[in-house]
Amino acid sequence: MLNDFLLLMKSELVLAFILFLLLIIKVGKEVTNERLLSLIQILLLGNFIYGFFFIESGSLFGGMYITNGLIAFQKSIISLGIYLISLLFSDWLKKSEHLPEFFILLLSAVIGMFFLISSGNLLMFYLSLELATIPVAAMANFDLDKKISSEASMKMILSSALSSGVLLFGISLIYGATGTIGFDQIPTLLDGSSLQILAFVFLFTAFAFKLSIVPFHLWTADVYEGSPMAVTSFLSVISKGAIAFILLTTLYKVFAPMHALWYNMVMLLSVITMVVGNLFALRQQNIKRFLAFSSIAQVGFILLGLSSYSVEGTSSVVYFVLIYVFSNLAAFGVAGAISQSYGKELIEDYKGLYQTNPFISWVLALSLFSLAGIPPTAGFFGKLFLITAGASKGNYFFIMVAALNMIISLYYYLRIVRAVFMDKNDQPIAKINLDPSTKLGMIICTAGIILIGLLSWVYDYITTLSI
Amino acid sequence: MMEPGLNHILFISTALFFIGIFGFLTRRNLITMLMSIELVLNSVNINFVAFNKYLWPHKLDGLFFSIFVIAIAAAEAAVAIAIIINLYRSHQSIDVENAEDLKF
Repeated sequence: MLNDFLLLMKSELVLAFILFLLLIIKVGKEVTNERLLSLIQILLLGNFIYGFFFIESGSLFGGMYITNGLIAFQKSIISLGIYLISLLFSDWLKKSEHLPEFFILLLSAVIGMFFLISSGNLLMFYLSLELATIPVAAMANFDLDKKISSEASMKMILSSALSSGVLLFGISLIYGATGTIGFDQIPTLLDGSSLQILAFVFLFTAFAFKLSIVPFHLWTADVYEGSPMAVTSFLSVISKGAIAFILLTTLYKVFAPMHALWYNMVMLLSVITMVVGNLFALRQQNIKRFLAFSSIAQVGFILLGLSSYSVEGTSSVVYFVLIYVFSNLAAFGVAGAISQSYGKELIEDYKGLYQTNPFISWVLALSLFSLAGIPPTAGFFGKLFLITAGASKGNYFFIMVAALNMIISLYYYLRIVRAVFMDKNDQPIAKINLDPSTKLGMIICTAGIILIGLLSWVYDYITTLSI
Repeated sequence: MMEPGLNHILFISTALFFIGIFGFLTRRNLITMLMSIELVLNSVNINFVAFNKYLWPHKLDGLFFSIFVIAIAAAEAAVAIAIIINLYRSHQSIDVENAEDLKF
């Protein structure tokens, strides 16, 4: 029993161990930020590597906690993401007065996400969702002296509290309609009665809030712009990824009997999300708001893959999130380095960046190519598999709209690339001295963007896991 | 006197839910918005307990769930109030109309 417990919950236990270590360091005698940050980076790297060993499948606590190969892989993607964040934003983190607190909040949110991905019960699901969102709202307020930071965190906590209220109402209706809250029993009791459909709509609304699917996306850009860059990248990559994974489980396992119903809903929302995200991204001047709307458009593509209700749906979504971690974190890393050194966040400030900073210009260009889905980069393969999965249902009109959206998105991604490489500027941003670990993070991201698409066994591995 | 049935209780909880949503959307004071969210969470608690009592009296899932909801609501309110205090320090107000630097 104890053996099972230690083996199956190993990823959560390791993170909890790191968390307690940080708490003890915080209480103990003063450590300089540099040393503490390198310790944290080593621990997070160890956590990522450890995620590949001792992978078992099974369930604990009467089915409340489940794990298998795919879930372990999803957790590894998240571990990789937090390791990259600790590398990419090391400049900002070193200057922060509250470095241990930042990682304590971040790691508790990540533990919440791990439990969220592994949850096998609506109670567990709700608790871990709250654990994954409340610390992030506190993190959004980390620039304590900035007005916009507190405004962003206020918007975040209020919208997430409202969405969890809606989620709970949906859960209570499911409990009323089926009499159970276990993920394994609910599908056998779903018969498509109107109460169950209403409950599903409430539940999906809460997911839409967290994933910023279009009618519920209004908080996204404001929160992204106001938060510190490290928190913005965490919100847009890791938190989105974790919610996408649990949405996958919820739709494919729990609401599998209602898939004819949710197919239309997901497909329609996916197209609306793509169109609105793309059109708003066209007119943004601030790089953070721009990346916020671009991430909304990417969520539209994730939904397109999700709608297929097949093995390809699962594998393409997981694969896309893996690529998305690399490409979006690289873009945020570059934007974070510039904003940390010169406080510039407008796209027009990026004009002529290539003259002075060729390395980060190339990293930025590659990540934007990958986000846009231009062939040699991994983003192309991610979008290709998502659209292939979505097309398996044969709704070609929507697939065509999705393909058109990729063309629109090319315009605004390439607008930044043009500003960086071609536009002349008398006073471009001066040379930035990158921290070695930031440089390492950018190199890892670039390698990921190029290699993940070309190494076909990555996708095959995910497919074998998701069967 | 007639004992209230499940329908009566569900009517109350649904009304409470929408009163909460309405208050959240119309009120401009942050503390009042937080109170509206508490109304939503309380309507959920009523739902859980009512379903448990009338429909599934042998399974205690609903009662457990409502206990957890109460605990989490307290935690959420604590963090939200801390954030609102910080907002008050920087904006000198807890009116959402005054926190409007981030737009479009």
